[in-house]
Amino acid sequence: MPSQLVDQYFRADKLPQIWCPGCGHGIITRAITVAIEQLGLDPDKVCVVSGIGCSSRAPGYLDFNTLHTTHGRALAFATGIKLANPELKVIVIMGDGDATAIGGNHFIHTCRRNIDLTAIIFNNNIYGMTGGQYSPLTPKFDKGTTAPYGNIDRTFDICDLAAAAGATYVGRGTSYHANVVTSLVKKGIMNEGFSLIEAISGCPTYYGRKNKKGGPVDMMQWQKDNAVTVTAAEKMTPEQLEGKFLIGEFKNKPEPEYTKEYQNIINNLQGRDV
Amino acid sequence: MKNEGLKANEVDYGKLIINADWCKGCGICTAFCPTKAIVLKNEKVTIADIDKCTQCGLCELRCPDYAIYVGRKKNEQKD
Amino acid sequence: MSKKIRLMQGNEACVEGAIAAGMKFYAGYPITPSTEIAELSAEKLPKIGGKFIQMEDEIAGMAAAIGASLTGLKSMTATSGPGFSLKQENIGYAAITEIPVVIVDVQRAGPSTGQPTSPSQGDMMQAKWGTHGDHPVIALCPSSVKETFDLTIRSFNLAEKYRMPVLLMMDEVIGHMREKVEIPDASDIEIIDRKRPTCSKEEYLPYKPEANLVPLMADFGAGYRYHVTGLVHDETGFPSNSTEIANDLVRRLVDKIEVNKEDIISWEEENTEDADIIIFAYGCVARAAKTAIKLLREKGIKVGLFRPITIWPFPEERLIELSKKTKMIIAPEMNLGQMVLEVERLCNKHTKIERLNKVNGEIIYPEEIIAKIEGVL
Ligand SMILES: Cc1ncc(C[n+]2csc(CCOP(=O)(O)OP(=O)(O)O)c2C)c(N)n1
Ligand code: SF4
Ligand code: SF4
Ligand code: SF4
Ligand SMILES: [Mg+2]
Repeated sequence: MPSQLVDQYFRADKLPQIWCPGCGHGIITRAITVAIEQLGLDPDKVCVVSGIGCSSRAPGYLDFNTLHTTHGRALAFATGIKLANPELKVIVIMGDGDATAIGGNHFIHTCRRNIDLTAIIFNNNIYGMTGGQYSPLTPKFDKGTTAPYGNIDRTFDICDLAAAAGATYVGRGTSYHANVVTSLVKKGIMNEGFSLIEAISGCPTYYGRKNKKGGPVDMMQWQKDNAVTVTAAEKMTPEQLEGKFLIGEFKNKPEPEYTKEYQNIINNLQGRDV
Repeated sequence: MKNEGLKANEVDYGKLIINADWCKGCGICTAFCPTKAIVLKNEKVTIADIDKCTQCGLCELRCPDYAIYVGRKKNEQKD
Repeated sequence: MSKKIRLMQGNEACVEGAIAAGMKFYAGYPITPSTEIAELSAEKLPKIGGKFIQMEDEIAGMAAAIGASLTGLKSMTATSGPGFSLKQENIGYAAITEIPVVIVDVQRAGPSTGQPTSPSQGDMMQAKWGTHGDHPVIALCPSSVKETFDLTIRSFNLAEKYRMPVLLMMDEVIGHMREKVEIPDASDIEIIDRKRPTCSKEEYLPYKPEANLVPLMADFGAGYRYHVTGLVHDETGFPSNSTEIANDLVRRLVDKIEVNKEDIISWEEENTEDADIIIFAYGCVARAAKTAIKLLREKGIKVGLFRPITIWPFPEERLIELSKKTKMIIAPEMNLGQMVLEVERLCNKHTKIERLNKVNGEIIYPEEIIAKIEGVL
């Protein structure tokens, strides 16, 4: 049998995944299931929703109620599921392009509504599934198949965007720091409201190759060398932080949750009318 | 003692269990193993020196394909 | 018990019908001339423990309605022209994943923003071909307020029975006109619910069809833990690369309608027995046709009406039969000739077909139909 975790939460007969060797998505997917295990959630009440992309293939391997939707629209489907049945724990898996390009509008509005979903964006800085076109997360001057001379678009900071749009729990981990992803997802699920976890992933096949970042190991090493925890960063100078990125919990500020607020309306009306 | 819970393609090395069928040879586990207890051979993970393995679990944590994991299933560990 | 008779708007009748059918969820985005459907759903749903949500756009409205249906709630979304265009991708998603949902399109004049407050029948072919790929379509078309009530119920019943998106193709005139509606007792309304599995979780195959080609549908959260994808999938619900499975799936989705056509197709006929001329009309145009028929018959011209109620699937057989006995079919439409393409395809061999088209945002008047008929006689 595969490990107990895989045995319990994965559809082991579908493994190994279609992902390329060393793709960070598998590591992050596992980190999510560890969070589910540690919280002891009832798998029958867990729903995993995704869009379209390499990352969005994850739900097919997970033994929950799983929904692989259309490109960019996962949060809108998930909103319908959660509002219809608030008993379900709804987890949303999206790619960086999926969530912030085609799904950008759904993304900011789901943050704003503060509906109790936990979204994890697998950020590999590229459109993996379609073969390496630049995404809103491809760093400036990096290359993609549609940016042969270097990308001149500016990038989003997914976490800043989520926090500004109203997400009540926000954090970032990486595939190297898989334990950080687990603890953020755990707290995200516990947060009654919209939680956004950015998980930096590696696409060695397209982003790595196009930008001469080396193979899977080099990409993990880059994450290890450049991630700085929020607490460590507090003691560092701007010069020391140059070229680094932060990981950890950025925002944890509970606010009234959407489905609860809606239930209040129902209760008030029914108390009055019936 | 034989690990009855194993799948045909899994090998139990006492401290570690490896499923070579699932291993895609990315080298992540071997690169970040703190003790170099494991090594890549012919694009598959294999044991270098099982005595060095501290069962820290980092290989299991970072293997994208769940091809390596620590210890045995709890129910099999009892015997 | 006395029946409730109420004066109401077509859009209101749609919401009343939806609630009578068991609607518990609405997601959408406001757009003229469908907005009242959203407004009334927002008001009425929480009173009966249902849910309403105004999403950020029509794409999201379509998606949320599908998501809600997957948990077992009967759900609906309503829109008009531009919004109907935006919903198309996810309508295809509901078709391939076989998730029941009702989509109302209160047609307005297009293309693009066009004439937002003017009626049109410009989306009839979009209803059939709007989303990409071959897929099943059921589209109903009411021509009165009362019929809007009835057909909304029927839309839900068909969606549940055949596990698919069902389109209710209204138009601005029907949506905004007021008529008396007799609301039947709840006990007199036939309600169909999707068939859910009763087998064990291990035995459940989410996409294994029953004899009527429709698979059983488990609610998300009910313990069956299955996978739903817009990719071609086999009976287990998981993606497949098999050309044979792809072929079988797409054909079954379409055949689901084909083999159950008799149960689905409906139409209305008036004065067709002795008619020399048949007016083919639907939606609000059928109302003008009825007046024209009355006036023409007073003049001794034998005219009848054929009104498809299910636009898709199209009532082919009966129309062919009628065309063999008639000298002419005239097809007035508030578009440049959409459903007439079906009429021509089916009846060209048997009778003469005349078009009457209008796209200026005005309705078609009885006098225009009369003039057309008198002109070609
Ligand atoms: C409406 C639509 N537009 C475009 C596509 C093609 N497409 C599929 S996945 C994808 C991008 C995936 O990138 P990302 O979301 O970052 O996920 P990744 O594959 O990198 O994990 C695109 C453009 C599509 N499936 N649907
Ligand atoms: S293309 Fe990139 S993102 Fe997709 S599976 Fe391969 S490595 Fe992963
Ligand atoms: S458990 Fe730790 S020490 Fe043992 S092989 Fe894995 S990474 Fe190395
Ligand atoms: S990390 Fe996994 S897939 Fe990669 S070499 Fe090690 S065992 Fe094989
Ligand atoms: Mg990506």
